[in-house]
Amino acid sequence: MMLQTVIAMAAAGAEGFAASPFVSLAYLIAGVLFILALRGLSSPASSRRGNRMGMAGMAIAVATTLYTHDVISLPEIVGAIAIGGAIGFVIARKIEMTAMPQLVAAFHSLVGLAAVLVGAAAFLNPGAFGILDALTGEIHNASRIEMGLGVAIGAITFSGSVIAFLKLNGNMSGKPIMLPARHLINLGTLAAILGLIAYFVTDQSPWIFWTVTALSFIIGFLLIIPIGGADMPVVVSMLNSYSGWAAAAMGFTLGNTAMIITGALVGSSGAILSYIMCKAMNRSFISVIAGGFGAEAASAGGGASAVDRPYKRGSAEDAAFLMKQADSVIIVPGYGMAVSQAQHALREMGDLLKKEGVSVKYAIHPVAGRMPGHMNVLLAEANVPYDEVFELEDINSEFGQADVAFVIGANDVTNPAAKTDKSSPIYGMPILDVANAKSVLFVKRSMGGAGYAGVDNEVFYMDNTMMLLADAKKMVEEIVKGLAH
Amino acid sequence: MDFISILSIFVLACFVGYYVVWSVTPALHTPLMAVTNAISSVIIVGALVASAEAGSAAAKYLGLIAVTLASVNIFGGFAVTERMLAMYKKKERK
Repeated sequence: MMLQTVIAMAAAGAEGFAASPFVSLAYLIAGVLFILALRGLSSPASSRRGNRMGMAGMAIAVATTLYTHDVISLPEIVGAIAIGGAIGFVIARKIEMTAMPQLVAAFHSLVGLAAVLVGAAAFLNPGAFGILDALTGEIHNASRIEMGLGVAIGAITFSGSVIAFLKLNGNMSGKPIMLPARHLINLGTLAAILGLIAYFVTDQSPWIFWTVTALSFIIGFLLIIPIGGADMPVVVSMLNSYSGWAAAAMGFTLGNTAMIITGALVGSSGAILSYIMCKAMNRSFISVIAGGFGAEAASAGGGASAVDRPYKRGSAEDAAFLMKQADSVIIVPGYGMAVSQAQHALREMGDLLKKEGVSVKYAIHPVAGRMPGHMNVLLAEANVPYDEVFELEDINSEFGQADVAFVIGANDVTNPAAKTDKSSPIYGMPILDVANAKSVLFVKRSMGGAGYAGVDNEVFYMDNTMMLLADAKKMVEEIVKGLAH
Repeated sequence: MDFISILSIFVLACFVGYYVVWSVTPALHTPLMAVTNAISSVIIVGALVASAEAGSAAAKYLGLIAVTLASVNIFGGFAVTERMLAMYKKKERK
């Protein structure tokens, strides 16, 4: 209540956007709370407190804005928040954890679209945003650039995220779609957008603003369609970053510290995640953005060596027997586990093994799955304690001592070709050294499909590897039955 | 506020973001994306300004749509983060 009175008093003294110190202070507090929200994520123990701080920051930002403006349409605003909030809340409750990458992409698209709408509203009603020059009655030059950039980034975020959503959700093929001369088209469009934003400074005609918006929608679409499914972790992180920069650009237009701080936080967060993902695949950011990964590799390396090499095939009983005898088992999950929803059965298998006195650990490659941390969330959903789940660099040396490496739905991230074969498209990518374990159990649907990179995996044909060819979930359930008696 | 002070805040916030995000444990990268998503919807501030002020009916309705979209994100983003974080549990020590 105190805070509200302070803000209300401040509001009474504030005219338009010439905000009083109290108002700026409130936005600053919101910004700091957002920083603390991310800080909380440094460990699962402090993470929920952090999330609450984020909520508090948002509440302060919204309340401050409403108090400091002559709100002429409060019922409509409350209605809009209630409708949006209810939709968001229901989605958050109902969504399957395996669908998290799509959901995040969808949410990014909403931030992007909101940024475009806010930019358009600022263009149509600049007086309300306090960006009119008192002398000329036109929009400030700096504000025009900020607005142009904000709208452009917002529009790219929107259409790019829509494509990413469709690919992740399976409405659109995960294969890269290659247009002829796409690099030329893309660079031309980007140049046109930047040129028009620069021109916007000298001429504030509406057609420039709307052309920038339209071109940005198009370029977002063009940028993402040539990028294949396996590169989606980078794309999702990149769009995350863009949504932040869009918010920051709008924050510049409004001179609002909460928006600027948040935009910078989210922008750098997404950029760092993209960097981590690229490094984990040993690919440069440019080559990911240029797209087409997977398409070339499949046509180049697919035919020759993949046919008719001898491999050992095992049954669920064999696998159960082998693991029962083991002292330690390391489980390597990948996207295939998410697709077949095998995480719960997997945890059951882990529990039974632990009862037999076997040490069970999970090894996660940074790009396993379709977004950063995807596997960790799924394992957490299946009640796997997070202190049994290890990152690549923390566990990789342990494969040498492990009796069994149990690979489920992962492929490229275990492929030794990344270390030995310079011509391989995945050469240089850090891998999980499953081949060093005494035996390898490899759960895979069939011998036919290679991984996303389209390369054959030597691990399949090793003497100490047993291939378990079946749907991941069915196979694990069979193994659980085998372990139970 | 003049442009340079705003720019200073922005640059410093980028550095804060850099250090804070590197300290996030990789196991929580998915919740990180969900929560950054929620907080980037602070763009609702701009949407509220557009829908609260008189002057242009079109701007007001664009603002209201933006408020709705941002609200989906705010409530959805924080709620789904909360749901995910609640699942991360330590080993039970008996």
